Amino acid sequence: ANWDKVLQNIYQYYMKETPQRTKLIDVFLVFIAVVGALQFLYCILAGNYPFNAFLSGFGATVGQFVLTISLRIQTTAANKSEFPEVSPERAFADYVVCSLILHFFCVNFIN
Amino acid sequence: MAAKSPQGPAVGYNTESTRTLLRVVILCFIAAAAISSRLFSVIRFESIIHEFDPWFNFRATKYLVANGFYKFWDWFDDRTWHPLGRVTGGTLYPGLMVTSGAIYHALRTLTVPVDIRNICVLLAPACSGLTAFATYLLTNEMTTSPSAGLLAAVFMGIAPGYISRSVAGSYDNEAIAIFLLVFTFYLWIKALKLGSMLWGALCALFYGYMVASWGGYAFITCLLPVHALVLICMGRYSTRLYVSYTTWYALGTLASMQIPFVGFLPIKTSEHMPALGIFGFIQLIGFIQYVRSAISGRQFQTFLVTILVATFGLGLLGLVALTSLGYIAPWSGRFYSLWDTGYAKIHIPIIASVSEHQPTAWPSFFFDLNFLIWLFPAGVYLCFQDLKDEHVFVVVYALFGSYFAGVMVRLMLTLTPVVCVAAAMAASQILDTYLSWKTPVPVEEGQEAPKKAKGGLRGSDKPTVGIYSNLTKVMVSGSMLVYLLMFVSHCTWVTSNAYSSPSVVLASRMPDGSQHIIDDYREAYQWLRQNTKEDAKIMSWWDYGYQIGGMADRPTLVDNNTWNNTHIATVGKAMSSREEVSYPIMRQHEVDYILVVFGGLLGYSGDDINKFLWMVRIAEGIWPEEVKERDFFTAQGEYRVDEGATETMKNSLMYKMSYYNYASLFPAGQAADRVRGVRIPDQGPVLNTIEEAFTSENWIIRIYKVKDLDNIGRDHANAAAFERGQKKKKPTKKRGARVLRVD
Repeated sequence: ANWDKVLQNIYQYYMKETPQRTKLIDVFLVFIAVVGALQFLYCILAGNYPFNAFLSGFGATVGQFVLTISLRIQTTAANKSEFPEVSPERAFADYVVCSLILHFFCVNFIN
Repeated sequence: MAAKSPQGPAVGYNTESTRTLLRVVILCFIAAAAISSRLFSVIRFESIIHEFDPWFNFRATKYLVANGFYKFWDWFDDRTWHPLGRVTGGTLYPGLMVTSGAIYHALRTLTVPVDIRNICVLLAPACSGLTAFATYLLTNEMTTSPSAGLLAAVFMGIAPGYISRSVAGSYDNEAIAIFLLVFTFYLWIKALKLGSMLWGALCALFYGYMVASWGGYAFITCLLPVHALVLICMGRYSTRLYVSYTTWYALGTLASMQIPFVGFLPIKTSEHMPALGIFGFIQLIGFIQYVRSAISGRQFQTFLVTILVATFGLGLLGLVALTSLGYIAPWSGRFYSLWDTGYAKIHIPIIASVSEHQPTAWPSFFFDLNFLIWLFPAGVYLCFQDLKDEHVFVVVYALFGSYFAGVMVRLMLTLTPVVCVAAAMAASQILDTYLSWKTPVPVEEGQEAPKKAKGGLRGSDKPTVGIYSNLTKVMVSGSMLVYLLMFVSHCTWVTSNAYSSPSVVLASRMPDGSQHIIDDYREAYQWLRQNTKEDAKIMSWWDYGYQIGGMADRPTLVDNNTWNNTHIATVGKAMSSREEVSYPIMRQHEVDYILVVFGGLLGYSGDDINKFLWMVRIAEGIWPEEVKERDFFTAQGEYRVDEGATETMKNSLMYKMSYYNYASLFPAGQAADRVRGVRIPDQGPVLNTIEEAFTSENWIIRIYKVKDLDNIGRDHANAAAFERGQKKKKPTKKRGARVLRVD
């Protein structure tokens, strides 16, 4: 009974307080999480033979997920005090650079 | 000295630009001092590679420069570990070689053609200048004091604990790795403070470079998560920590997996599990923090805390389960012996046999760090006074660094940076307090008196702190200056006397003070290079494997990369057995020459007879039936080489090779071994299956050639006895016990 209320509260809070842009980011996050979960499921079902391929694919999703969350944190207005030196534009530029590095490594590692 | 500069007495010149100029000039001087104090060995002797390991790095670098990067990347080296070979591209940290290769090509394009050997020799001093700069940056993150960074740079530039591994000619992985270590830490602190993804990514890139350079990267992978965990436990979790840690981990792990030698290790071994565990844990905490902002309610929070602890425990349990089920490799022997310090001696003699892997004695802390070692705890204490995230890092690093440096001598190297940082914080605190010419205003003094009367001992306001008397200021800062000067002279003395000798060349002094150089190693290696055929296999103890490969350019059986313990034990068995046993082993491994190091004539104590017991132990680990350490000791348990030596000792190949013909150097009855300090019997050992090929000037290196099979099928003992004329006077008529000939 308690849990229902808690989840409902969270849902309402999310719907009310989150700006449109952040919701967009969240959709992307859900997509990445689903892709990562599918890869993991496939790895469990079909074996991990080209292990580096699995690792780079899975690592790409995990890394991108984490980076996107970092972007989300840095662009949230409530966190402005934590990051006095990071403007949203700067956060996005950092995000692009980090994603490029991440994908370079993943593409290199997948062979 | 450096500390005085930012606060000049003349106010007009004390501008920001003057300070910057001074700072740049001082840093340049520090870099110059760091480089020039490492050049003792180059100036005294010559520009050569020292020690053992650097010879392999040098050889690999030459291969890289000659054949290009891709050939180097999948280089199969068939001139080491003779029957096996070594997949060098996949079993080395390529960072060092690639760096010097890049410098080589960069200088080429600038039309400054420098020999690759000189680049290799001078790489470590050049990197030490960068290390000093990185320490400057790191310390500036820790404190607001303008002098601390410069002091730390000075300390790091000339501290003997770091110089010992980075003198010119010491072309080892540590040369470049310490710079990367300090710089990675700097980037980590920067990323944590700013909470910036870009700094986190830079930290990950330099971490990747560090992984490519040195096996000690495991220190970073363990230290950063421990720092994060301590921060979380202190309730200092922040979104900045989330951003910097996850960026570092996601990018850094993928970067580290690009190195073939590391490969899948970051997800399969226990050394890397803390980083992964904290990565998972921090996700959870981030999520819970988010939920907490969404919902209020004290009960819910406590509920969440229990969830948090339970998940952490479950994760830990899962890790233990995965490890015991074998999905995650347990700690490797080298790391495990850091925790269980008795482990290596019992189970892996090859780790314990290396002199660098012994526990550190107290004097070496003072020897390597002089007055920094007692400023170091003070600096750590200062970190507690104003505890910010970065200070927690210094505390954690100091704890772990000191423990590891206490367990193993060579890990003094990873302790030195934090000692320099902490000591510089303490020293700059003293100097900042006592070097300010501003006397506290006397008005406060007047205020203080009534307060004391009113409030008793506990004043809630901060008491006026300051040094009033100029005499105190002069005395305290003067004594600090004396310590600093003594530090400089100590460092120079230690570097000059203890750490600047190339082990390839042995220097000694003649009675008139002139220098006498004993160059037997290169004499012998040069002999091998010029007088043996191109693919003559050399068998020696593994210590000399890299040098033979580098200087004599001949294939070896074993070398300093001790990846195959059984193969080393084979060599140990061949060295410690009777000739009849050793000869088949050497035939099977196609050995052409055997090289032994013998210091008996000169009193050179690092010779093979003194290392012999380790050969026996390592061989005994594999063949306990055939090689027994006990047999090499006398009934009283002594290890002797004179006439009281045991039969096993006298018949061992190593003993025979070392003392062959040795007694003939001396008048009868006076043959002495100057290392063991004993008299050697006049009747020297007899060699049947091998023959002496070369003995260097001071008998330090002796090379023997393995004889071919006998022409008419006798065994070598018979053949040699026949040669010596020991044939029996009367051919015995009695028929021996023959066996049936089987065709």
